[in-house]
Amino acid sequence: MWIYEKKLEYPVRVSSTNPALAKNIITQYGGPDGELAASLRYLTQRYSMPIPQAKAILTDIGTEELAHMEIVAALVYNLIKDASIEQIKRAGLDGYYADHDRALYFVNAVGNPWTATYIQSKGDPIADLYEDMAAEQKARATYEYLIQLSDDPDVTDALRFLREREVVHFQRFGEALNLVQDYMDSKKFF
Amino acid sequence: MDGQRLNLLKKIMALEFTALELNLYLDTHPNDQRALAEFNEVSQALLLAKKDYEAYYGPLLNYGFSPSHNAWRWVEEPWPWEISF
Repeated sequence: MWIYEKKLEYPVRVSSTNPALAKNIITQYGGPDGELAASLRYLTQRYSMPIPQAKAILTDIGTEELAHMEIVAALVYNLIKDASIEQIKRAGLDGYYADHDRALYFVNAVGNPWTATYIQSKGDPIADLYEDMAAEQKARATYEYLIQLSDDPDVTDALRFLREREVVHFQRFGEALNLVQDYMDSKKFF
Repeated sequence: MDGQRLNLLKKIMALEFTALELNLYLDTHPNDQRALAEFNEVSQALLLAKKDYEAYYGPLLNYGFSPSHNAWRWVEEPWPWEISF
């Protein structure tokens, strides 16, 4: 069960209409290292975790990623909602506009749609937690590239918050991995 | 959104973020009594701040977790992505 809360996890503000920046940021909505992929990966891996701490951390981080998806959506929405057709064409967002107008859709920065092949659910908790740690590092790197590409200080502020969360999640997954490894070692009898 | 409402909302956001961060930490350190005490303290402050906000501006949560006195205020705008901070 999930409850919706009518608020963002972090305040979102954009300085001005900027479809060119939106075109890049949308990759964290529907791209390979984006928030949808992160959320669905963790929420589906939790069923095969052997210890309660790992079930809890995957549930809670998977849920926080949905809040991050909402922050990314709020950024893209506000960057393109007032864009003119001329601005959309100049930003190279005309192909996206042809299919989606100014609506939100799950694509990466070059328009490829989200696919379940971005994520894995292996059943092996060690393999899954290593994947999760790698996913957090890839998302951190993506946010750093987006910060380099950003020409809007307000957008950069939200991107910095999201980048920091990836670092914390990496830390928590590392701790969960240690707990799972201890548990599996304790189950070995010779 | 008026300044008073925005300030109260930002206070809730800050308290809830603190609670979320402690929650994740406690998931992998469930025996840390100091973190647990901090979590319970912030959880109490968050509850009070939300009650305060909801009395004036309507429910923050759906499905029965927030009351909606007199009128169904859940449908009221702005939705989170429509607020200018």
